[in-house]
Amino acid sequence: MEIAARVGLGERLDAMGKLFAIVLVIIALASAYPIAKHMYVPPEDISTHGHAIDDQLSDTMAEAGFAFLGAQIILAFFVWKFSERKEGAKLKNFPGGAKLMVSVAFIIVGAEVFALGVLGQKAWANVYFTPPRPDALQIQAQAGQFAFYFRYPGADGKFGAIHPDKIDEGNQNFFGLDPANDIEARDDIVSGELTIPVNREVHLLMHAKDVGHSFYVRELRIQQDFVPGLDLSVHFTATKIGRYEIVCTQLCGLGHYNMKAYLSVMAQDDFEKWLKQKASEQ
Amino acid sequence: MSSTTYPSVRAAAAPKVRSAHAEASRSGIWVGICTITMSFMAFLSALYVRQGASADWTHIVLPRILYLNTLALLLSSATLEMSRRALAPVSGSEVDSVAVRKGFAWLSGTLALGLLFVAGQYEAWRQLAAQGLYLATNANSSFYYVLTAMHGLHLLAGIAALLFVMSRLLLVGNRFRHSTFEATTIYWHFMGVLWLFLLLVLRTKL
Amino acid sequence: MQEASAQPAHVHAPPEGFIRKHVFSLDHKVIGKQYYALGLLAVCMGMGLSWLMRFHLVWPTTRIPGLELLSKVGAPGGVITPEYYLSLLTMHGTLMVFFVLTNAPFAAFGNYFLPIQIGAEDMAFPRFNMMSFWTTLVAFLVLVLAFVIPDGPPISGWTSYAPLSAVGQDAGPGMGWGMNLWGISIAIFCIGSLLGALNFIATTLDLRAKGMTLMRMPICTWAWFITSCIALLAFAVLLPACILLILDRTAGTSFFIPSGLVVSDRLQPHSGGSPLLWQHLFWFFGHPEVYIAILPSMGIVSHILINSMRKPLLSSKVIIYCMMSIGFLSWMVWGHHMFVSGMNPFSSLLFSFPTLTITIPATIMTLIWLGSLYGANLRINAASLFALGFISMFVSGGVSGFFLAQPSIDIVLHATYFVVGHFHMVMGVASIFGVFAGTYFWYGKMTGRMMNEKLGQLHFWLTFIGTYCIFMPFHYLGLVGNIRRYSSFVNDFMGPLMPLHKFITIAALSTGAAQFIFLFNLIYSHFKGKPASENPWEGTTLEWSIPSPPPWNNFGGKHPVIYHDPYQYGVKGSKGDYIMQDSPEPSAS
Repeated sequence: MEIAARVGLGERLDAMGKLFAIVLVIIALASAYPIAKHMYVPPEDISTHGHAIDDQLSDTMAEAGFAFLGAQIILAFFVWKFSERKEGAKLKNFPGGAKLMVSVAFIIVGAEVFALGVLGQKAWANVYFTPPRPDALQIQAQAGQFAFYFRYPGADGKFGAIHPDKIDEGNQNFFGLDPANDIEARDDIVSGELTIPVNREVHLLMHAKDVGHSFYVRELRIQQDFVPGLDLSVHFTATKIGRYEIVCTQLCGLGHYNMKAYLSVMAQDDFEKWLKQKASEQ
Repeated sequence: MSSTTYPSVRAAAAPKVRSAHAEASRSGIWVGICTITMSFMAFLSALYVRQGASADWTHIVLPRILYLNTLALLLSSATLEMSRRALAPVSGSEVDSVAVRKGFAWLSGTLALGLLFVAGQYEAWRQLAAQGLYLATNANSSFYYVLTAMHGLHLLAGIAALLFVMSRLLLVGNRFRHSTFEATTIYWHFMGVLWLFLLLVLRTKL
Repeated sequence: MQEASAQPAHVHAPPEGFIRKHVFSLDHKVIGKQYYALGLLAVCMGMGLSWLMRFHLVWPTTRIPGLELLSKVGAPGGVITPEYYLSLLTMHGTLMVFFVLTNAPFAAFGNYFLPIQIGAEDMAFPRFNMMSFWTTLVAFLVLVLAFVIPDGPPISGWTSYAPLSAVGQDAGPGMGWGMNLWGISIAIFCIGSLLGALNFIATTLDLRAKGMTLMRMPICTWAWFITSCIALLAFAVLLPACILLILDRTAGTSFFIPSGLVVSDRLQPHSGGSPLLWQHLFWFFGHPEVYIAILPSMGIVSHILINSMRKPLLSSKVIIYCMMSIGFLSWMVWGHHMFVSGMNPFSSLLFSFPTLTITIPATIMTLIWLGSLYGANLRINAASLFALGFISMFVSGGVSGFFLAQPSIDIVLHATYFVVGHFHMVMGVASIFGVFAGTYFWYGKMTGRMMNEKLGQLHFWLTFIGTYCIFMPFHYLGLVGNIRRYSSFVNDFMGPLMPLHKFITIAALSTGAAQFIFLFNLIYSHFKGKPASENPWEGTTLEWSIPSPPPWNNFGGKHPVIYHDPYQYGVKGSKGDYIMQDSPEPSAS
């Protein structure tokens, strides 16, 4: 029997099999370690809906961890045990054969799919299938290359129309408002920072000025694309005062990496003070 | 080679009329038809989504020459079928110049009608342009030009195939390859069916 | 006349002359090698681009000597600008997904071995086959041209989302002619792929040798066949998408561009288009595309594993049915790339179910591979090591997919490094491991000389450990919220993550260096490798019944007759513990 490639390596080959098993187990454990030690986790959740997402993430991590470690260790074990055995070693088949594998896959994965899919849809529904409260604070966000701007409707509670041809960044007219002709635009308040009161639902209307962008606040567990031409919105309630980063997550051009703003969550009184202050600056 | 030490196995096999390559030709053209159909489905789904995306859908009146073009294309399928019938009994071993001439004549008719179709499609474009409807004028006109251009391009490929078959008839007569001709006929008929479907879409959607 | 399964005297004439033999060849074997060479060139470029990217991320102001020669504008003084980073990123993705992952496991190995493994003399349409390669090469040249033009390559990523990719030059550097070249290149690539897929399908259906029923085809042949069915339909959707994109860019149409967009202070003249339409069209192609990238490697790895284990899998049929179901399901899941895209949130749930369901056939396959190892007598060599490595990587990459398949979790992980880790592990590593395994396994057959085993195993260890070091940490970064496609990390929370990024960059550069061992081995073995016998691995399938390298017509004008399924291993055969497919000895019971 001529096996040209095996010539010259001799018994080192079964050492290679065992080495594979050892290296694989080390890799698997090393990979799992940071996860097990919670070294890399999403930041604390400051939203009302985020706990369902976090729970789902933990559940999935547990199942994934089990599947990952299980598969890698079994692979390592079988390679250790069944590689480069003695000449004439008896070949065996795994008891249960393919039928067992198919059944296990259907039952276990099927159950997981069902559980995660069906039970998990609640976390999604919390964000997307519940309409915003009628008394939610309406704020409009505009994403454009490469900044976010936010607009408050002012005392009349209405947003002035956006006129793309009137956009003039040099003169701070980011939204293309026409206060001279649109009454509703006159009291609109524009800010580079998304300032909101704590524990109050916010309904964020999303407008894209030029290309696709996205709105992501990690702590808020909210991520939603801005799509040019589409009136999209998200709603959320922040439960903790503080300053959080808003980042653009949809590739929008050369300044994409630098496109960010801040979500500033304040106490209700502070928010009203801030709003008054901002209104006077417009 | 182990297989050649057992000639009795091969000798016992029953002969079949069609060679493997003729089969492959046929499979190939149907596979090609699948892929072309899929690409037109993609264009049509784009049309459907685009129509729903915006309220700027303005109805186009289709140039009436389109119906004449359609007639030409359908007739060309008929002439092609006549050609196929004339050439079907022609075998590679026997010279049959009458059948070859007949087949060639019907093919020329098919070619002429196909070219007439293309000319007519171009005329339809000119008529639309005269109305001020160009590629980028509005969403409907964009799809009109794109769909008819794509069909036209594929039809030109069919015309090239017709020319090829005709040249083979001229050069080698009865020894022309039937499988290539058959693939061409299947493709040509598909172009007709595709056009009918597109015409329906243009009429109802644009 | 002739039997249905027999071929005429010659598919094409024996090649004569250098040009016919090695350049414009009709021989599927030469074409397969040409695809391989193109894939090799593309992967070297793609990998080099990734080194530049990783370097820039952790040492953004350090000068890379000579880079200003590649682009005066993009890398002045050898320091990469943010826009050039995005150009590198776009070209990296485009080269890797199209010119490496669709080429090497599928077009290269498939072209070479599919006809041989079914007992055919060549592909059904050798002229179309030749055209498919040269078309692909033209597509490659058009793409690479983007590096050379003044404005540079596009910056919209390999996914080219509209309107960024559709409005033209206003969108940014590289978005003029660079983006046009991208669109044209990919459109041409679609045509090349479609021609190739057509050939694979017709050949598999009609040119099988006598006795070679569909179920007697090797698993890798099945993988290529299923992949070509997917490719046939997937590229048929990408081509129209590219055409519509090019029209929006150059002809003023508005398929993807709505009204009222102000880009670079200019009000764009388009109106009524839908950016989501591009995403739907692209991902309807894009998701099946990633299965086009992985299925051939699954087949190659199964094939090699069986040979190395000296026993068949628990069930080849189940593996084949799983590949078919993955192929089928792959059409239903494209929306999982668009969970937070602004499409109807109810659709997101609809897409989530088939996405999670694909886990089932993938798990079955993994369990069968694992279960088959039990009781085997596994031979360890470079090829089988990479095959084992594939299984490990496929599990790792697949498991992270589990997170992303759920829309609620995707809210947190979308567009982070978690996604990048996921697809690199399954595509960038697992699929490539299949290519490596196939290379070590089949190089001897293709060239007549074996690759060096010692170097091959060294290559394996460095690459296996190295790729885990690179891509596993991506998942951790993603969990914290590290956003992808950023040319620099200026977010407040990124500071503590930079040491991990440095670790990744060093791992990437080291693992990249290790690939030179493979390159050296490829070239060295061509001249100095041990001469390969007809059947150095004691294999059962038809490629091992012909000389290494095979003659121009594969079987020397003879027509093989098949008596067995492809994996008669672990049985008492006349030559050892195996029976070849074309051997008339009786099968094992």
